[in-house]
Amino acid sequence: MQSLTLGPVIYHWKPEERRDFYARIADEAPVGTVYLGEVICSKRTPYFEGDYPDIIERLERGGKKVVLSSLSEVVLKREREMLAAICETEGHEIEINNTAGLLDVAERPHRVGPLMNIYNDETMRYLASKGATHFSLPVELPAGVVGEMAKVAKGLGVGVEVQVFGRASLAVSARCYHARAHCRTKDNCQFVCEEDPDGMPLKTVTGQAFLTINGIQTLSHSYVNLVGEIAAMQAMGVSHFRLLPQRVDMVAVAGVFADRVTGRIDAAEASARLDALSMPAPFSNGFWHGLQGRRQFGPKVA
Amino acid sequence: MKRPELVCPAGTPAALRTAVEAGADAVYCGFQNATNARNFPGLNFTPEEMQASVAHAHDHGTKVLLAVNTFPTAGRFNLWREAVDMGARFGVDAFIVADIGVADYVKRTYPDIRLHLSVQAAASSPEAIRYYAREFGVKRVVLPRILTVPEIKQLAREIPCEIETFIFGNHGLMVEGRCSLTNYVTGLSTNMDGVCSPAADVHYDKQADGSVTTRLADFTIDSFAPDEQAGYPTICKGRYNAPNRPDAYYAFEEPISLNLSGLLPALIEAGVDAFKIEGRQRSRAYVKSAVSAFRKAVDSILAGQEPELADLIALTEGQKQTEGAFKTKKWR
Repeated sequence: MQSLTLGPVIYHWKPEERRDFYARIADEAPVGTVYLGEVICSKRTPYFEGDYPDIIERLERGGKKVVLSSLSEVVLKREREMLAAICETEGHEIEINNTAGLLDVAERPHRVGPLMNIYNDETMRYLASKGATHFSLPVELPAGVVGEMAKVAKGLGVGVEVQVFGRASLAVSARCYHARAHCRTKDNCQFVCEEDPDGMPLKTVTGQAFLTINGIQTLSHSYVNLVGEIAAMQAMGVSHFRLLPQRVDMVAVAGVFADRVTGRIDAAEASARLDALSMPAPFSNGFWHGLQGRRQFGPKVA
Repeated sequence: MKRPELVCPAGTPAALRTAVEAGADAVYCGFQNATNARNFPGLNFTPEEMQASVAHAHDHGTKVLLAVNTFPTAGRFNLWREAVDMGARFGVDAFIVADIGVADYVKRTYPDIRLHLSVQAAASSPEAIRYYAREFGVKRVVLPRILTVPEIKQLAREIPCEIETFIFGNHGLMVEGRCSLTNYVTGLSTNMDGVCSPAADVHYDKQADGSVTTRLADFTIDSFAPDEQAGYPTICKGRYNAPNRPDAYYAFEEPISLNLSGLLPALIEAGVDAFKIEGRQRSRAYVKSAVSAFRKAVDSILAGQEPELADLIALTEGQKQTEGAFKTKKWR
């Protein structure tokens, strides 16, 4: 399914878990593109970057296109060097998630990631004129805006991608909130984020499940699920649909979305099949409807 | 010693006049709509007010920096274009922008007007800043509040434009321009609508025991004992529970204000060109006190004297202040 993509793993999964995950994705998941790379925390990469060549080879043998994703927060020397290294990589497309990456990639084709602020067609047009070939749009954009941008993207000949599954990234920070929760700082975190492979839940003092912490990133508690909107997105010209890895059966999730994208099943059946996978969090699609992101609307609202 | 520009908030025409009188070198302000990141009811300027205020500021030798620093969504770009056009017509001294499309419009249409990069663009590395300088001729970057003074000093050597840093006011913890927390809860977006924790969604629920629970829309942000003063429910300043934190804790940051009055000489020495006081949403009394105090402090430093700093604690959030990331990396 060429239009279905798998976003980068944003949590700190153990190296062996990562290897197993991608091996299964390579063999079984009907996705056309896999984004690979550490997007959240530069401290984590030494744990698994040595595995990348094997993971890439495995994914490519499985027929997937591999795109290298870069860091969202680039401040420290180590982060700047990581970004520079990705920008110099040959043989793979790259996805930029911080403006710093745009300084040096103007000479080569590149993708623009969902943690960049691409809110309008003027910005899209400008970046496309400088070599951007594909835009993964911010998760908070409503349908009407995505439609306008998809129209322009078609004229420019660039791809437009929307996250259709997984927690919504709501904020990033220079401070690590995982470390903070454990009374540590980013510099002496001891990789405590590894204990939460689907993020650390934050509840309100009245017991409401609210947010999810992943190091410097704050995510929604709910999983975005736009399986009911696939047909509308296809009609407006969205070219790619992104699944964000969560600690659930992602092969099964990809299977449902692939069946929906090809039209093999209708939205109701796709929704029922996702419900049957018993997710650890409720679904939401409010951002797509231009309303509170946390809310989940049925087909009538669409 | 380089003379740093004191850049002061003007949420209303009255606050602008107050800031000018208190010694601001420059004021920053925005129109009454989604084009600026402080789009609160009762704040900001009508076109007529803006025109008169620019004239007033210029008569007193004060510059006016127009904040057009939110992110226009496709289909609404004209509103941002109009804000820029009006600003140019009224003679503002610079535009403060965050969106690449808006920056490109300013550069193409008004190449002679200065462009400042808003903190909302979150340019936090030499590469990001050099990108905006190269592509759009940005003359000054407003730095995110995440760098230590030595890091700012190093950065100053690596970029071709001026540096503006916040010295007082709100101590936001999330990377500016990347925060959708308010939109997740209220349906209004910080980036697209210029709104953070809108008052219309704020609730103070008094409980039977006299305690107060604060809410933003449906979510509880904090709870206060009867003898505690209930703070405004901003998501990133609330108390929550995590699996290993059975007692509610400030998961992101406590209510606290940034106050760098003790670091001004070090910041000047590091190469900072402009000091920014946050608070377009604050009262005229706040503007008067904060601007006067920092005017006096900067002038003393430039005269080679020890700055006498007025006590600003009364103006801070929760009566607490910090030097935040500027002081130590441990903040991270």
